[in-house]
Amino acid sequence: MTALTRLLLSTPFRLALIYMGAFILAAGLTVGFIAWRANELLTTSVVETLRAEVVGLREQYQIGGPARLSAIIAERAADPGSSLYLLVDSAGQRAAGNLRQVPLELRDGNQRGVFTYMPQSGPAQGRPRVAVGVLFDLPGSLTLVVGRDIEDLRRFAWTMGRLGLWSVVILSALGIGGGLLISRSVLRRIETVNETTRTIMAGDLSGRIPLNGSGDELDRLAESLNAMLARIEELMGALREVSDNIAHDLKTPLNRLRNRAEAALRSSEGAGIYRDGLVKTIEEADELIKTFNSLLLIARLEGGAVAESMERLNPAFIIADVAELYEPVADEAGLSLSVSAEPGLTLTANRELVSQAVANLVDNAIKYSPDGARTGGNGANPVAPISIVLKRVADDIEIAVGDRGPGVAPEDRQRALQRFVRLEKSRSRPGSGLGLSLVAAVARLHGGSIRLEDNAPGLRAVLQLPAAGPNHAVPVFAGQLREH
Amino acid sequence: MRVLVIEDDRETAQFLQRSLRESGHNADVAGDGETGLAMARDGGYEVLIVDRMLPQRDGLSIVQTLRGEGTRTPVLILSALGEVDDRVKGLRAGGDDYLTKPYQYTELLARIEALARRPAPEQQETRYVVGDLVLDRLSHKVMRGGEPIVLQPREFRLLEYLMKHAGQVVTRTMLLENVWDYHFDPQTNVIDVHISRLRSKIDKSFAKPLLHTVRGAGYMIRDGSD
Repeated sequence: MTALTRLLLSTPFRLALIYMGAFILAAGLTVGFIAWRANELLTTSVVETLRAEVVGLREQYQIGGPARLSAIIAERAADPGSSLYLLVDSAGQRAAGNLRQVPLELRDGNQRGVFTYMPQSGPAQGRPRVAVGVLFDLPGSLTLVVGRDIEDLRRFAWTMGRLGLWSVVILSALGIGGGLLISRSVLRRIETVNETTRTIMAGDLSGRIPLNGSGDELDRLAESLNAMLARIEELMGALREVSDNIAHDLKTPLNRLRNRAEAALRSSEGAGIYRDGLVKTIEEADELIKTFNSLLLIARLEGGAVAESMERLNPAFIIADVAELYEPVADEAGLSLSVSAEPGLTLTANRELVSQAVANLVDNAIKYSPDGARTGGNGANPVAPISIVLKRVADDIEIAVGDRGPGVAPEDRQRALQRFVRLEKSRSRPGSGLGLSLVAAVARLHGGSIRLEDNAPGLRAVLQLPAAGPNHAVPVFAGQLREH
Repeated sequence: MRVLVIEDDRETAQFLQRSLRESGHNADVAGDGETGLAMARDGGYEVLIVDRMLPQRDGLSIVQTLRGEGTRTPVLILSALGEVDDRVKGLRAGGDDYLTKPYQYTELLARIEALARRPAPEQQETRYVVGDLVLDRLSHKVMRGGEPIVLQPREFRLLEYLMKHAGQVVTRTMLLENVWDYHFDPQTNVIDVHISRLRSKIDKSFAKPLLHTVRGAGYMIRDGSD
């Protein structure tokens, strides 16, 4: 498709054409109507004037008879101008006037109207002209015709008509030209959008539509599209990160599992070893499945799914339930678990996910509490407490889980929230390294955040959630990204 | 027990069929949604195991159709989709339990046995008795050998659930779901610690233990003489 056909087929151009057509039609109708009415008014008013003149002439005739009338008409007919007169006697001969004969158009019954005549003198002699006239019968079989030349008026009207036609032609040309110009500028802007789309389809998700800063509807559309692209890029990034992580971090345990199975198979010691190997293999597979599930859950949360299942709840119940779930575990590890909750708070959130996040934090706190305390505190070692504190900070709910463990160095805190990151000190402890990143994903889904602080000594993880829920953070198209 | 497995993956279906037979159950297999629905309609099954994504007719639609026709056979929905919302959708469609793939066979077995022997709501008992252990659901009192035992509210609910399924294996996940209403997997095995606490209260000072650990599966409360 050439640039020109594209231009001619463009919506703005077609709109311009339609608009122009409608405008010309309306203008033509209006002008035509006015012209028709004007012409009619003109003719009527001329006829009225002529009637008045005829009345005057008849009075003269009654006073002075045919001779006086002839004299007056001869006098008036001699004046240069547009007035036409003719007085015909009973024999049908012209008695006076500047018309040669009774116009054909006025002869039979139709005693007033438009007619053509041949001027007897003057510059226009010999060429037919248009006039309006009335025919009158006077006593004594005289016939009087009084008329006005309207040729000049007609000419003027004709000129106006031609002018009108020309203006239509000029208007059309201007309209088409303007339409083309507008279409071209709109097309050019749309073409930039198209180009961006093509680069994105070619695989470069970082492309954005340039804005011209005018803030008009195309600019606003571009802004929305850009926001959508940014969100898609973010989601794709999250997805890619997940697959990278799966590739890197699940391969190791998968390999371990495979080696174990292979070693069992190679062994010649028989059923007992096989059985052992299989039990271990299943255990490894279960761990892998858990890791995989956590990864999927994190990816889903970052994709913004589950957002529809938010409810209003009292966060104090959430932490009380989680504390109750973990209290025996903490107790067994020789750790006391204290809960302090500000009363009367409400939170719009997904109960299950927030519970899971808090459970992960408490689980970590128990896991990383010092071994000395785990043995139960023998007097020299005070029992390390795990604290869960719920309070309101401005418009947010904060759930802080603190321990007396080794803590995390300030420079490592950000890294500790990433997937699979297990700080060296904790490598020996069980876990997939996904606990905190799941908490972070839950926080983000709710429009909140997670931060690690110094508990002096120990670590305090603070989960911050907006009390009103993630009203602005819910992505518009989350639904479409979910499978099934 | 007659079980119908509606599952399109042949290997999974055969594995389930063989395992269920080994566990003493009679299992039939349907490979697609329409066949499955027809077989389920013919009846005679005590439990249906329905995969969520099936050719011809998906699992949720089978369950909805059966429920619409008044069939009350317990249904366990199997799915690779394990989101909170997916589970809610599955249960809303009329499923009685929801298990996410991949699952352990022992988990599935425990769940379908619990489903098959689940009493209708109107005939639920107000008292559970296992051996000399008595739990009164109305007065929230627990006695063993005539002696009152003081339990925390959650311990009471834990025991209540175990006794409701007396003689059946109850998995940790089932306990977490039914006693705590959590559908996630706590990283530490918190349930074991709760069970050992409960055990110390109801079994410790008695000669015959009632609360047993079933290796590789979960827990079971039963009177040894059963």
